Formats: sequence, structure tokens, C-alpha cells
Amino acid sequence: MKILVVDDEHDIQLLFEQRFRKEIRSGIMSFAFAFSGEDALRYLDAHPQEAVLILSDINMPGMSGLELLGEIKEHHYLPPPIVLMITAYGDEENYNKAMGLGADDFLTKPLDFGLLKEKLKTIGHV
Amino acid sequence: MHLDAPLLAMFVCRYMVRLAKNKQIDASWENFFQVRFYVSLGLLAAAAVFGNFSWIASWATLAFNAYLVWQLYQTPAFKPQRWLVWAATPYLVVSFIVLFFSTFFSKWYNQWDDYFGTVQLCALAWAFFMWLYSRNQRKTQELEQKKLLEKEEAFRMSEKMKEELEVQVAQRTEDLERRKAELEHALAELKATQAQLIQSEKMASLGELTAGIAHEIQNPLNFVTNFSDVSAELVDEMIGELDSHHPEEARLIAADIKSNLDKILHHGKRADGIVKGMLQHSRNSSGQAEPTDINQLADEYLRLAYHGLRAKDKTFNATMQTSFEADLPPVKVVPQDIGRVVLNLITNAFHAVTEKKKTEQENGRTFDPAISVATRKEQDNLFITVSDNGDGIPPAVIDKIFQPFFTTKPTGQGTGLGLSLSYDIVKAHGGDLKVESTPGNGARFIIRLPYNTAK
Repeated sequence: MKILVVDDEHDIQLLFEQRFRKEIRSGIMSFAFAFSGEDALRYLDAHPQEAVLILSDINMPGMSGLELLGEIKEHHYLPPPIVLMITAYGDEENYNKAMGLGADDFLTKPLDFGLLKEKLKTIGHV
Repeated sequence: MHLDAPLLAMFVCRYMVRLAKNKQIDASWENFFQVRFYVSLGLLAAAAVFGNFSWIASWATLAFNAYLVWQLYQTPAFKPQRWLVWAATPYLVVSFIVLFFSTFFSKWYNQWDDYFGTVQLCALAWAFFMWLYSRNQRKTQELEQKKLLEKEEAFRMSEKMKEELEVQVAQRTEDLERRKAELEHALAELKATQAQLIQSEKMASLGELTAGIAHEIQNPLNFVTNFSDVSAELVDEMIGELDSHHPEEARLIAADIKSNLDKILHHGKRADGIVKGMLQHSRNSSGQAEPTDINQLADEYLRLAYHGLRAKDKTFNATMQTSFEADLPPVKVVPQDIGRVVLNLITNAFHAVTEKKKTEQENGRTFDPAISVATRKEQDNLFITVSDNGDGIPPAVIDKIFQPFFTTKPTGQGTGLGLSLSYDIVKAHGGDLKVESTPGNGARFIIRLPYNTAK
């Protein structure tokens, strides 16, 4: 399962690679990283046919996570990627907006990696 | 010596009556001289009727004249009229001699008649000239007296005015002193209020920062907890590898742990820096000028402002462009003060683009808010430029934006001191703060900081 992580914090890459090192080593999951919404769209356009699960931060300079979500859902990538939104502001408004735009799930920072792993495994098995 | 003697008496009596009427001598003398005037009138008639043979009338007239002169001479109240005595006496003496000889030695007298007549005329002329002289004298005297009186009056008036003025001055002085005390009190209150306002402006901008700071601290803290947590897992794994005698694997894991510890240190320091910056921002005393990396400072406050606004308005977003000149030499400034200026300008820029986005969306148009912060060095100056693509500043208010308490925000939402304080801070650094704006096309604030602050 290919997972694209979108966050403006570069160290998120190292953290994910360590947190998911077993899954990466065993080949269950592979990760790609984008450090802005624009980066993420470029990646999706370059790899259109990859079955992708997207984990995106909402709060980023430039294109926000919500805008990215809107773009993805509008572009009708095939197959449609699963999008999980993450935010530091775990508020109703962002949640409703993300869900309204068609997000598949909503997570709040700080990330509970145990929970995230469970979610990813469930999605991967479906 | 026929009609002249009674005429002289009439003249004197009339003169004295007039003086009495004019109150130049006591009024009680009026009747006295009026009676004597009629007597002299009778004597004149007698002289006219009896002609040359009226020696009795002549003696009576002479006696009457002598009596009048004596009266004038011996009354102290008539001292100012004493000249009459000196005018009349020669005439009276001459008249007496003439009368004496004409009465008792008429033959001899008739022989020398012309001489006696001449002498008598001279005496009369003397009297007439005395009268003329005294009249002149009196007139000058009167004039002088009048002048003196006028002077006295003027002096009295000026004294009175002086007194009035002194009273007024005392009153005014009292008024002014009371006013001065009131103003001093008001000034002291204003100064206290100003100090309070400046502090509250700092606190208000701290409030704007708080959400940004919380977000900025949250991220490094997340990294610290996550990297610590994952490192603990790695240690367990490493022990497992060692137990199963895979030292190479263990070594690789150890390298990962080491890099994680570096990350923990890095993010710990990052959080520390943010907290320190916040403390510096809220500190009341003015800080020390020190060589400062303006690029780093601008970047830091740009992030703080951005996250601060995001925390308040979750829908907000803007493209942030930074164009920092590489290898910018550090400039000597008070970092938290210049930071406050940059924060204020960026916050204003964010507000401007948010407003524009709101109105554009209401009109069904799309709008991409953009903020840019640029730094550059030009000759001996460092320029920090904060631009936005908002609605700009109306020409009507552009001259007022640096004035204290000027604000376009609704009451209670802005102190109106942000730009005014920013202006003062930049001025205190020897630089200046300028604004360029084309209505509808955004605003651009330019901070100039001189490298050579000594001048």
C-alpha cells in the first residue's frame, strides 16, 4: 500500500520511516512525502495509477490541506485515493469542512501512531 | 480827573463781582462789591452833573477809591488780586496831589495844569498796563493750573487703573496657577494612561501571538515525544538484535537512535527559542541592541503571525512568499522591538487580505491572498518590505495611519497604537518606516534600518 504523507514539517519523514520501519521492511507499506499541497498534487499527477492513501496536514502555508482535499476530490483520480486529514486544531469546523469535502477520516495532532497503524491496517485489508 | 476816578471804582467793583460770581473769591463778597458798584455809579453821575466845580464829589470819589484799595489790601482773601492795589495806588497818589493843588492852589495849579494832566495820564496808563500784564499772567497761570489739574487727574486715573490692573493680574495669576495645576494633573494622568496603553498594546500583540506560539510549540513537542517514544522501541529492538548476535543490525539501530536524539535536541531547542522569544516580546523594559540576523527574525515572526491568525480564523489561508537576500550581514537592533514591528506589519497585511477575500467571495469572485516579506541590503541600509495584495490604503487616510489611536478596526478590536509604536521603534533605531499603496492593489510597508547607527 502506497501512502503519501503531506506536511510542511520535514522531520515528519524520519518519524514515519522509523514508526513504520517494520511495515516498510516487510513491504506492506511504502511511503512518499510531500512538504506542501502543491508538492502533493505534483506527485499525484506524476504517479496517477498508484493506489494511494493520503495523510495530509491541514495547516500548511500556501495551499492548505483542505484545499488539497478539494483538488483531489475534484480531479477524479482513478482509483480515487483515500484521504485522511490531520490537524492540530481538533475543532468542529475543520472536521465538518474536511468531511464535507469528502475526507475519509480525521485525525488530530499529536498523532497516536498506534491508532493510525490500526486504521491503516483496516483500510489496507478492505 | 473828572469821570476817570468813578469809572475806575466801577471797574474794580465790577471786576470783584465777577470774581465772586465765578467763585474765584468767596460768594459772600458779591453783594458787598455790588453795593460799592452802585455807589461808584452815583459818584460818576455826580461828577457828570456838577462838572468842573464838583471838587466835593472828586474828593469823595478819591476817598471812595482809597477805601476800596485799602479794602483789597487788608483782606487776606484778596491776595491774588493784590495787583489791583499796585495798579491803582500810583493813580490815587497822583490824583490826591492833583486834587490837593487844584483845590487849595488853583492859580498855581492852572499854570502847571498840562504837566499834572500828563502825570495823571501816565498813572492811568500804568494802571491799565498793570491790568493787561496781570491778565496775561493770570491766563498763563490759569493755563498752568489747568495743566497741573489735568496732570493730577491723569495721575489719579493711572493710579486707579494700576490698582484695577493689579487686582486683575492677581486674579489672572490665581486662575493661571489653578489651570496649571489642573493641566499638570491631566498630563500626569495622560502619561500614566499612555504607559498603560503601550503595555496593553504589547499585551494585545502578545495575545495575537499566543495561538501562533501554542502551535509553534506544539510541533516541536510532538517531535520530542514521538522521537523519544520511537527511540525506546528502537532500544528494545537493538537489545533483541544483540541477543540474537546480530551486531551489525544493532549498530544500524544505534545510529538511528543517535540521529533521533539529535532530533529531540533540535526540537527541544526550537521550543525553547519560541518560549524565549515570547518572554522577550512581553518584557516591559527596552532590550539591548545586538547584531541580529534579520532574515531569521522576519521568518520567525512571519510564522508566528500566520499561526496566530490561523488559530483565530481556521478558514484563513494565504500564500506566503519570502524573498530574503542571502548572506545578509547582521544589523544592530533590539530584536524584540524590530520583531514587534515586523509582527505588526505582517498581522496588518493578513488582516487586509482576509478582508479582501471576504468581500470578493461575497461578490462571487475568487481571490488568492498573498503576503510577501523581503529583505535586501542597499548601500549602508537594510530594507525589510512587507507587501500584501489586499485592498490597499485609501488616500484619505494614508497620512494618518502612523498617528496614535488611528484605527480602521471597529472599536475595541484595535488600540490604534500598532503602527504608531512601530514608527517610533524604527525611528529610535535611526531608520524610517514608509508606506506605498495603490488602492485596490495592496500596500507595501518598507522598514529602513541603517547599518551605521552611530550617525
